Amino acid sequence: MLLDVSGLTGLPGGPYHFTLAAGECVVISGASGIGKSLLLRMVADLDENHGDVSLHGVSRASMPAPHWRRQVIYNPAEPGWWAEQVRPHMRPAEAALALLPRLGLQEKLLDAPVSQLSTGERQRMALIRAVIREPRVLLLDEPSSALDEASTLRMEALLAQLTTTGMGLVVVTHNEAQARRIAHRRYVMTSGCLAEIIV
Amino acid sequence: MNPVNLSPASLGITSSLILLCAALSLILSLQVHRALLIAAVRMVVQLLLVGFVLRLIFESSNVWLTLLAAAAMAAAASYEVGARQEYRLPRAWQLLTAGSAIVPSTLIVTVLALTTALRPSPWYDAREALPLAGILLGNVMNAVSLSLNSFFGMVRRERASIEARLALGEGRYVALQGAAVRSIRMALIPTINVMSAAGIITLPGIMTGQLLAGMDPIAAAKYQILLMFLIVGGNCLGAFAAVYVAIFRLTDKRERLRADRLESRAK
Repeated sequence: MLLDVSGLTGLPGGPYHFTLAAGECVVISGASGIGKSLLLRMVADLDENHGDVSLHGVSRASMPAPHWRRQVIYNPAEPGWWAEQVRPHMRPAEAALALLPRLGLQEKLLDAPVSQLSTGERQRMALIRAVIREPRVLLLDEPSSALDEASTLRMEALLAQLTTTGMGLVVVTHNEAQARRIAHRRYVMTSGCLAEIIV
Repeated sequence: MNPVNLSPASLGITSSLILLCAALSLILSLQVHRALLIAAVRMVVQLLLVGFVLRLIFESSNVWLTLLAAAAMAAAASYEVGARQEYRLPRAWQLLTAGSAIVPSTLIVTVLALTTALRPSPWYDAREALPLAGILLGNVMNAVSLSLNSFFGMVRRERASIEARLALGEGRYVALQGAAVRSIRMALIPTINVMSAAGIITLPGIMTGQLLAGMDPIAAAKYQILLMFLIVGGNCLGAFAAVYVAIFRLTDKRERLRADRLESRAK
């Protein structure tokens, strides 16, 4: 199993259990405020939590947290930016160039100040920023909340292609149509647990 | 060098300036006369008290008494760092953070000066050690206070951008580097300003005091230069240590950002 989450408890409740195979896309849905973002943050070990999470059978407790988070990247719905322009966030920058047109972004945006990008442009740039670091697992929180339909479909095509390379995706979304399009398996989150639903 | 000894009468005459200010405040309803008079009385009592305590320490020439006085000064400086912060750690951690930045940096710089440049005999002579430690503590306290104030504010306001770096797998020192660098720089601006302006815009206090007390101007200038080096060194060390101790406290063993450990003074 690529990602194995077992007995995870923390601020939103729990214990939560779920698994993710290599190349799989799992969608998590649930009522607003139930703690779906917090669940993803706990998997990435960004908030205090208890329970065991392992990658290919290797527990995250056995490695330094930054090492874990390089392999299991959490991408928030409203990403933060630490430099003035977009380019310093892209590492390696060459890899970003190839992805820009696939998400309908112009190359010149790389040298624009982050503050001049629209919310949707920032959202797509943040996805690129995470993808080019080549994590094993990508935790995506509402990845198309600020995108129009055409951009959403482009982003979904990129996600589908990422799964063919073996990357595992955990996507939180409120968009039912999107969940049906991209999910291999689905879970519904309540404060007590995650229930797998049959697609 | 023959020290000036002011008579109580001459101090009494100059204190009329305070009374004049208070009178003006009353006439123009500036509402500051009360605060002004209280502060003036406090100042007189505090300084005379310190004078008596120092005379006691100097005359006893006891190492432990000197150390005790220095420790009390350091504790007061560490406490003051937390007094006017926008955000701060809970009291015990705030004291510990400020103290662990202020005490070692002041100690290193003071001992360096006493054992190499000033060389009183014995090297811990209270007459040189205590005033020097006092000047350095006051300056380092400011640098530490400024650096922590801006660092804590940045951590609270720039949480998203700091966590973005952590989420991409960068370590705490890299994720907080931007805020650390800007905080240390901000803390050192006043020091650099004072150094650049020294002698042109203002005569530094110590040099003025020594000139008034009859010291040769070149000797006073050299002494002031030495003090400036010591102050800059202490401030750099203090600001740097404060921010790095703060990074350590604002992250946990899994290198998560723990901005929740800061409390706002507004609440």
